[in-house]
Amino acid sequence: MLRKLLIGTLLATGLTAGYAVTTQAAGESVEVLHWWTSGGEAAALNVLKKKLESQGITWKDMPVAGGGGEQAMAALRARVTAGDPPTAVQALGFDITDWAKQGVVGDLDSVAGKEGWDKVIPAALQKFAKFDGKWIAAPVNVHSTNWIWINKKALDAAGGKAPETWDELIAVLDKMKANGIIPIVGGGNAWNAATMFDSMVLSLGTDFYQKSLIDLDPEALGSDKMVEAFTRLSKLRSYVDDNFSGREWNLDSAMVIDGKAGMQIMGDWAKGEFVNAGKKPGEDFVCIRFPGTQGAVTFNSDMFMMFKVGKDKQAAQLQMASDIEDPAFQSSFNVVKGSAPARTDVPDTAFDACGKKAIKDLAEANEKGTLLGSMSQGYASPAAIKNAMYDVITREYNGDLDPKAAAEALVDAVAAAQ
Amino acid sequence: MADATMTAPGAVTTAKTTLQDLLPKIVLAPSFAIILVFVYGFIIFTGFLSFSGSKLLPDFSTWVGFENYVRLFRHPNWIVSLQNLAIFSVLYIVICSVIGLGLAILLDQKIRGEGFLRPIYLYPMALSFIVTGVAWKWFLDPGIGLEHAMHQIGWESFSFRWIKDRDFAIYTIVIAAIWQSSGFVMAMFLAGLRGVDNEIIKAAQIDGASTFMIYRRIIIPLMRPVFLSAFVVLAHLAIKSYDLVVAMTDGGPGTSTWTPALFMTKFTFGRNEMGMGAASAMVMMMMIFAIIVPYLYSELGGHKK
Repeated sequence: MLRKLLIGTLLATGLTAGYAVTTQAAGESVEVLHWWTSGGEAAALNVLKKKLESQGITWKDMPVAGGGGEQAMAALRARVTAGDPPTAVQALGFDITDWAKQGVVGDLDSVAGKEGWDKVIPAALQKFAKFDGKWIAAPVNVHSTNWIWINKKALDAAGGKAPETWDELIAVLDKMKANGIIPIVGGGNAWNAATMFDSMVLSLGTDFYQKSLIDLDPEALGSDKMVEAFTRLSKLRSYVDDNFSGREWNLDSAMVIDGKAGMQIMGDWAKGEFVNAGKKPGEDFVCIRFPGTQGAVTFNSDMFMMFKVGKDKQAAQLQMASDIEDPAFQSSFNVVKGSAPARTDVPDTAFDACGKKAIKDLAEANEKGTLLGSMSQGYASPAAIKNAMYDVITREYNGDLDPKAAAEALVDAVAAAQ
Repeated sequence: MADATMTAPGAVTTAKTTLQDLLPKIVLAPSFAIILVFVYGFIIFTGFLSFSGSKLLPDFSTWVGFENYVRLFRHPNWIVSLQNLAIFSVLYIVICSVIGLGLAILLDQKIRGEGFLRPIYLYPMALSFIVTGVAWKWFLDPGIGLEHAMHQIGWESFSFRWIKDRDFAIYTIVIAAIWQSSGFVMAMFLAGLRGVDNEIIKAAQIDGASTFMIYRRIIIPLMRPVFLSAFVVLAHLAIKSYDLVVAMTDGGPGTSTWTPALFMTKFTFGRNEMGMGAASAMVMMMMIFAIIVPYLYSELGGHKK
């Protein structure tokens, strides 16, 4: 009796599972773990949700708030350890590789091959979205960190010309200081200071950036150039108000928007703050690459990493991946999010001036081979090394180390974390 | 009772006594099993982790011996965390006890409105450390808090920027923690003071002792067990201090307000260094044991006498 019952149940589940696969993705669901909970981000994600729902796929939302995704990754650990991972997880850089090494991620090759992802997604992104030659994640966007966001009025009062070299930047900062505003804001926490540091290193040469922050060459990490990078960071710190510590990047942006501060070095997610405040690029604020870094891009890319799921969920998972790489979605999502599309063949017509510049710079950097992973966002080195660098940078920024000691500490910290 | 109507009262009584004997054990068994697994089981699990090369997820295939501990004690952030723990716990325990005892003595003077005053000091304890941390973060922030308010009422030279100063930020955390816990320590001392035998005090008064002398020579020495309990409660709160730090400074400015608990979570969950995180957790546990075990020993030993 019991045995019959068991066999019956097994058969029934087997049948329904088989049925689900044959009827494609309709009626299935995707469970998505992400940390896009703030206004603009949530709106952007809603675009994807609507699209999937129109295809008959239910969206099970699993938001874990906290920028950078530390909390989300902690939640993911629990789910994976329990053997019940979500369908798709928002993830960054080396975290994706780390998870792939655990053998728990899915396989998107069937969709990627059919749609030709290899040709349209920059190779620098593929390094993270693929593992062992297989597609495991669908890149959504490309952000970059070597931007300066300047209040137009404050810039006009300081001469009106956007700085193109380090010396010009300092001259503008001096004028802004003389005009009685805070010339520059940022560096309130380790992540924020590290985001600024990306630009400091990149402005001393793409080769130097590659050698030090990506290849982790001890000689480059401890070189005079690194001392110079820290010196520049300290120089900028001297223009920041005394109250910066603990201030989040979006509050920094608000100060630039209000004209209390002149400029901010931050990734292009900051643009969302300006646009949401009703400001227009070119009229109210100016976006430029950090002086000396035009032509190079330190990127980070939000990706949806796909996990190994049961057969009954695979069709929906592949459909979601395909939807993410749909050019129309790439355009509508990234216009809302403020980033550049992860595909290089998406038309830039719907984007604003800064968005157009981001797309153009990205394509240029991709061709020239100067599209480099951002250290601060976890695209240059794994979490342990990235955070070891954060420690040194934030200590230097807060005056705990001088530039020379910081370069030495950087060599030690990286060696200890490897 | 009911067994009076039974035909075989003897058998029922035996069954009843066996049941009465067993009942406490049956009731306690689930919680005992749960504690065995989820407390002691996981302590052993963490102990194993700390000797493994675990990074992102637990990994028991590579064993690294004491390497995690060696790396831990070479890491500058861990050293900073230990220094901060020393500063924090000494100041927190001493000042909390002094203020708690002081408030308790003042409230013990049979003053009017005690029922109204007592909860005022106790209420901070009802808040979580996160709420306390956020409130004090805003209060101490020079841009919006105390300093700003003082400037607005005209005291332009007023300056209090400790929370933004890497050498003093840890003391602001001490201040917030003391604000939170002093009332609780006061309640403990108040209960202790109320337990003092009035006869002794009267005898001392008849002998002509001043109030100060009575407190110094009689009442405060009698508070010894309360001091001990307060110390144990405060010490383990100090070692576990995490939420308050996260809410107030998140370890900043720089790495100046890291604590061992912050180190543990950041390394285990943020930096994919589960082995080192587990090692730091084991060190913290040993610190707590170093406090709790002698305490339990003295308490339990006392009962046997």
